[in-house]
Amino acid sequence: MAVIRDKMPAFQLFQPSSTEEALGVLDRYGAEAWVLAGGLDSWDWFKDRVQKPAAVVDLGGIASLREIRSTDGGVEIGAMATLREVIRHPDVSGQFGILGQAASKAASPQIQNQGTLGGNVGQDTRCWYYRDGWSCYRAGGNICYADTPTAMNREHAILGASRCVAVNPSDTAPVLVALDAEMVVVNASGERVIPAQDFFIGPAVDIERMTALQPGDILTQIRIPSTWANARFYFEKARDRQVWDFPLANVASAAKVNNGVIEDIRIVANGVAPYPVRFIAAEDAVRGQQVGDQAADQAGQIAIRGVNPLAHNGYKVTLLRNLVTRSVRGEA
Amino acid sequence: MELFQWGTNPWGQEILIRVSWDLLYLSFWAGIAFIVFHVIYSAVWLPKLAREASSGEGSAAVAGVPDRIERHSLAARLFHWVMAASMLVLLVTGFFPIVGIQFPWVTIHWVAGVVLTISIIYHIVHSTFFLDFWSIWILPADLAEAAARVKRQLGQGDGGEIKKHGKYPLDHKLYHTSVMLAGLAVIATGLVMMFRIENALVARNAYLLAEETWGLMYMLHGLGAVLFVMLTLTHIYFAVRPDKIWLTKSMIFGSVSRDEYLSHHDPERWDVTTK
Repeated sequence: MAVIRDKMPAFQLFQPSSTEEALGVLDRYGAEAWVLAGGLDSWDWFKDRVQKPAAVVDLGGIASLREIRSTDGGVEIGAMATLREVIRHPDVSGQFGILGQAASKAASPQIQNQGTLGGNVGQDTRCWYYRDGWSCYRAGGNICYADTPTAMNREHAILGASRCVAVNPSDTAPVLVALDAEMVVVNASGERVIPAQDFFIGPAVDIERMTALQPGDILTQIRIPSTWANARFYFEKARDRQVWDFPLANVASAAKVNNGVIEDIRIVANGVAPYPVRFIAAEDAVRGQQVGDQAADQAGQIAIRGVNPLAHNGYKVTLLRNLVTRSVRGEA
Repeated sequence: MELFQWGTNPWGQEILIRVSWDLLYLSFWAGIAFIVFHVIYSAVWLPKLAREASSGEGSAAVAGVPDRIERHSLAARLFHWVMAASMLVLLVTGFFPIVGIQFPWVTIHWVAGVVLTISIIYHIVHSTFFLDFWSIWILPADLAEAAARVKRQLGQGDGGEIKKHGKYPLDHKLYHTSVMLAGLAVIATGLVMMFRIENALVARNAYLLAEETWGLMYMLHGLGAVLFVMLTLTHIYFAVRPDKIWLTKSMIFGSVSRDEYLSHHDPERWDVTTK
């Protein structure tokens, strides 16, 4: 087991005041550099001495990365905006209340004041086998310690696993996928804009990363188009401790409902797979149907097709089905 | 450069993970280096050397040689191309993610591995019972002959005649042996590694082997696989060389001409007149 120590390994701390300056440091240190946002994921890694970067680039001093503003096409949120700022910002709450709702369910108020939106979507999995520093698949090894008959895998994946069964723990990630958000990523070579759905990647594609971010990359901005502004939103998070905890499962849905008919809908869940899962088949099935039990039950049943529960997380199948059902029904 | 990757298990013990991917790059560049060397060798040195002995025209064995000689049956060619396709898919799906080209590769990889395995089983049965089994194996006579060829190339030969090849020259036999060894390594370990992934054929069981043994499996699989990078590069190089293209055509169309046969093969060692 990894031992938490009082002292972290030594590293060079950089506190740039501009994105360009930060990129320069990242370019110089390559894979030896670590991007620090709110620090809530990072400090665990450092204190456990599992991650030992040579350089830490603290983005906290880059004011432009904290801006939240409305545009003609929607809302742009700086990746370093804290969860609390996202919750309270009128442009966000006015059009995309579901994002603030999800952010308010992330951890505790103290953590929401420190944690950032970029950090919340970019955080690593909480699988304890992985975070304890053992040589599992995700850490570059050749085994998943959570996917064995005697493993502690109550919190792990029932969908989308490929060798590694860790889940993505973000509460805001499924909302951003549901809202068709775009992630703006910059590095020394330039800027690229990645749809949120493609930003989160599963172990089948890359078993050592949860997002498209590579060494040298900085997530600078999250753009939410107006496509789903003021839609009928639903977010629900199931967790062991209601005070603050990571999700056992959460669901986010955005629906355009006209005279009781679902004209269009997005349904996305997290905590059940290594990435936020969008249930396209369920969306297709309920599109054009009346909001009600029939459509909701159908969506719930479709969502659990192909699930593959582990030894101790079979309960997530029922949980996921019910969350998706409730999200379509729209009940609180 | 490292040869192996090591990790730590939950008991704090150091465990073997796999071969170091440094070997992938080493294998790639070794293949390129061999090709560059061979291009220079072929252009500079080879023309200065005496070629094989006389064509053998007029000997009794030549009299009955037909205009076209079947070199590879349809069954053998189908095997070769199925194996080649599956091997290329395995190399792409196995190594592209390592060099940074990411895509969902696992399912494609194991399916291609199963296709390769079936094709190899077919080949073993086919070559054992329906082909000239010993024609591809390295025999003591081949080694003695190879030594004579090397001496001749170094100008140390006794001037005696060195016969042309039978159906397969020594370099083909060496390549076949290398592919066989590397192939058996990746196939045997790959089949066991099926127990580590979600697939339609066997249920996952990470406890099938001890951790150290799994490490050995991954290491052997990786070692065979990186060898295939070099083997495949050199094979493709020879397949597209102008002076070898007649062999490549024979793997597509099945036959060689009488002239090609007489220029490269000894009718007494590969008798085609009895067919």
